[in-house]
Amino acid sequence: MITFDQVTKTFPGGNVAVDNLSLELPTGQITVFVGPSGCGKTTSLRMINRTIEPTSGTISIDGEDVSTQDAALLRRKIGYVIQHAGLFPHRTVADNIATVPLLNGVNKKQAREEAVQLLARVGLDESMAGRYPTQLSGGQQQRVGVARALAADPPVMLMDEPFSAVDPIVRDGLQKEFLRLQAELGKTIAFVTHDIDEAIKLGDTVAIFRVGGHLAQVGSPQELLDSPADEFVADFVGRDRGFRGLSFVTADKLEVEPVRAYVDRAGGARLVLDDGGRPQGWRFEEAGSPQPLAGTFTVDDNLRLVTDLAISSPAGAAVRVDHDGVADGIVAHEAIARHLTAMRRESER
Amino acid sequence: MITYLQNNYPEVLSDLVEHLWLALIPVVVGAALSLPLGYLAVRVPSLYQPVVNVGAVLYSIPSLALFLMIPVIIGVGYLSPLNVLIGLSLYTLALLARTVADALISVQGETTQAARALGYRPLRQLFGVELPMAAPVIFAGLRVATVANISLVSVGALVGSGGLGNLFTGGFQLGFVEPIIIGIVLSMLLAGLCDVGLVLLQRRLTPWTRVGGRA
Repeated sequence: MITFDQVTKTFPGGNVAVDNLSLELPTGQITVFVGPSGCGKTTSLRMINRTIEPTSGTISIDGEDVSTQDAALLRRKIGYVIQHAGLFPHRTVADNIATVPLLNGVNKKQAREEAVQLLARVGLDESMAGRYPTQLSGGQQQRVGVARALAADPPVMLMDEPFSAVDPIVRDGLQKEFLRLQAELGKTIAFVTHDIDEAIKLGDTVAIFRVGGHLAQVGSPQELLDSPADEFVADFVGRDRGFRGLSFVTADKLEVEPVRAYVDRAGGARLVLDDGGRPQGWRFEEAGSPQPLAGTFTVDDNLRLVTDLAISSPAGAAVRVDHDGVADGIVAHEAIARHLTAMRRESER
Repeated sequence: MITYLQNNYPEVLSDLVEHLWLALIPVVVGAALSLPLGYLAVRVPSLYQPVVNVGAVLYSIPSLALFLMIPVIIGVGYLSPLNVLIGLSLYTLALLARTVADALISVQGETTQAARALGYRPLRQLFGVELPMAAPVIFAGLRVATVANISLVSVGALVGSGGLGNLFTGGFQLGFVEPIIIGIVLSMLLAGLCDVGLVLLQRRLTPWTRVGGRA
């Protein structure tokens, strides 16, 4: 566990980068620091390995105050990955990866062998070992950067916008592999990004910073989306983000229930159809007049519309029609919920 | 020309050898001193401007004047080869201290920041990361200093140690053009060869600068 206890950093000239930060980063989890530029997220990260010293307060790793430890030795126990990888241009890929073991006095042969093994772990071919960084693509360099950070098997990793400089498709791949790797390794990771989507995708915990080095809110991505602490957080995560996101999902894979057999499980309503099979409304009692439909949808519509229909429907279900307007399926709240769960599983894979 | 060489072969050869060490020893001494001085100018920012300015002033002193000032300052004979050696070492130092400082400044950035964050201590980082990265720029300075020294050595003939410069003064006094031409050709040849040698050494020491961009 990494603990910030009332940490403040004031730069010469009086600029307060981090203001009285108290925060715990749980062992074996990814904690993302996210916020606009100037919010102190990177400064906070760098204080963990003492590349920036706090003005006051203490930072400890598993209860040990970092300021009492030899800075260079401390850093060798903390993996470090930065935006453009920061590889050594004069060393081959294998020697780059072997950096920290070599600093620790591991013999060259062994360090290189282990470096080559790490290449596979980050999804690179062993034939890359002898190349120089300029011979790699940005995404490959970043993988080498991750391998270099992992080489000495540090329990803690600091990652400063590691995936920001690569294009979106490569970034998506790197993020997924990073999560897969983390599932195997279980490092305690502090991860800085300015991208809230990345934060929500990768973080077990997300700490949102605001300008001036204040912590705006800490919580799981779900908590932040569900109950932002204030306007700033709500703005930053975006209002009704989740719901808006559904408009990009088509409704064609939703499972529907047969129209004629459907009975509203809560209120007992049945769908009223005309002679042509077109939906007319919901009837709650045998004799009563039907209540109006909130609307219908087709397979080409999006999930946001379906969800909205199901919520506003008196029977708690949205009615699907074919292109002739004939009802051909019913989607209840539960089906939508099941679909959302399946989608989440899909995206996590 | 050939006849002159045949008759004076031993003298020309000894002039050539003298020329070589009079030029190259200062390169080695100047380079060795410029590394710590350049590093200091980077580590102590208030020293950077003085290093640059003193270097510029030093370099603007005419070589003959410098060769004549040195014996006065350090008290050796006017004809000692030390005068030329020290003078050229100072020129080399003046040129390279700034080059080293600028080269080290130019490599500061993400890579050196990463090195520090990975657990390098300052001295090991200097030799393991910063100097290798700065090597191409430092080599460029070294080549300039070497060629400049080879051409400047001949001025030393006026104070008794001039290598191939002795051929110029001798030829001038005796009214012979052959030794002068031979001196010029050999001096240029020497400069060219030393330059090629440095390029080869650099290629050997900095293989990463030669690999192409990514495939």
